[in-house]
Amino acid sequence: MNWGSWSEFWAMGGDGLYVWSAYLVAVVVIFTEIAVIALTRRSILEHLGRYAKIARKERKPRNEDSRF
Amino acid sequence: MPALSSTLNSDESPPLAAWSEATPQRGYVHAGRLFPWFACAAAVLCSIGLFVGLAVAQTDPHQHEHYRIAFIHTPSLWLSVAIYFVTAGTAGYGLFRRQRFVSMIASALAPTGALFAFLALWTGSLWGKPIWGAWWVWEARLTAELLVLFLFLGYVALQEGIDDTRRADRASGLLALVGAFGMPLLYFAVFRWSAMYGNAPQGLAAPDSPAIAAGILLMTLGLLAYAVAATLARLRNVILKRERNSEWVVQNFGAQP
Repeated sequence: MNWGSWSEFWAMGGDGLYVWSAYLVAVVVIFTEIAVIALTRRSILEHLGRYAKIARKERKPRNEDSRF
Repeated sequence: MPALSSTLNSDESPPLAAWSEATPQRGYVHAGRLFPWFACAAAVLCSIGLFVGLAVAQTDPHQHEHYRIAFIHTPSLWLSVAIYFVTAGTAGYGLFRRQRFVSMIASALAPTGALFAFLALWTGSLWGKPIWGAWWVWEARLTAELLVLFLFLGYVALQEGIDDTRRADRASGLLALVGAFGMPLLYFAVFRWSAMYGNAPQGLAAPDSPAIAAGILLMTLGLLAYAVAATLARLRNVILKRERNSEWVVQNFGAQP
């Protein structure tokens, strides 16, 4: 272990600003990507459900017409 | 989705027919099965890697703690270039062999590649400022990485901007291939010119320190697992979007509100 205490760890020998902002940016970007993928999936599933409903509604009258 | 897995297990299509109409559907199921393994591996490896890199590895005599940016910077750099070659390869294969599914893989890879290229540049900038005294220099290696980022962004923009997926795959695939031919030139430029600029990072203790090497290796494997997991999850989105009119998608996902 390189550090004696937590405060030493967070200070990073005075270089904390550079080191921690690099890791902060990485964490923010990665979790943003995860959120975007999850939200995209949700919206696709919603659209697929709506799309199927519309398709079913549109199909019904046409089938009735074709019987005549 | 019982219907999905049962179609996978049934022998409707022979397993040796590598590419068929059913490929996207099978790819969707397989991606869903593989995803948790890679996601878990990413979480475990990155946690250990961060612990080793930030807490165990000793202070560098030249760069003090600044060098700890390497544990995110170096893996991002390697992964962005590796993902670029895989994206160009899959996009090119999909383009010339007309394989829809391979083009979908390329489309799912590109945004994660762009993410790592961005991270490599951003963390490199945060590393360069205290060590070189500048956020950015127009130097071969940095310019090459900037080009990688722009190629990824161009790929994603063409994918998003063109509604007809076939035309989008063709345009973005060509861009990825042209960019891939530019890569070796820049690679040689890096080794030719880097001596001229003479701003290579001062010697790190890395070769002598197993903890630093282990930290970089663990972070590389962890972020690689993350890249695979993110690509698999995005691939499922891409498959559903592109196959929305196919029977299996309508049957399995059409009923949901």
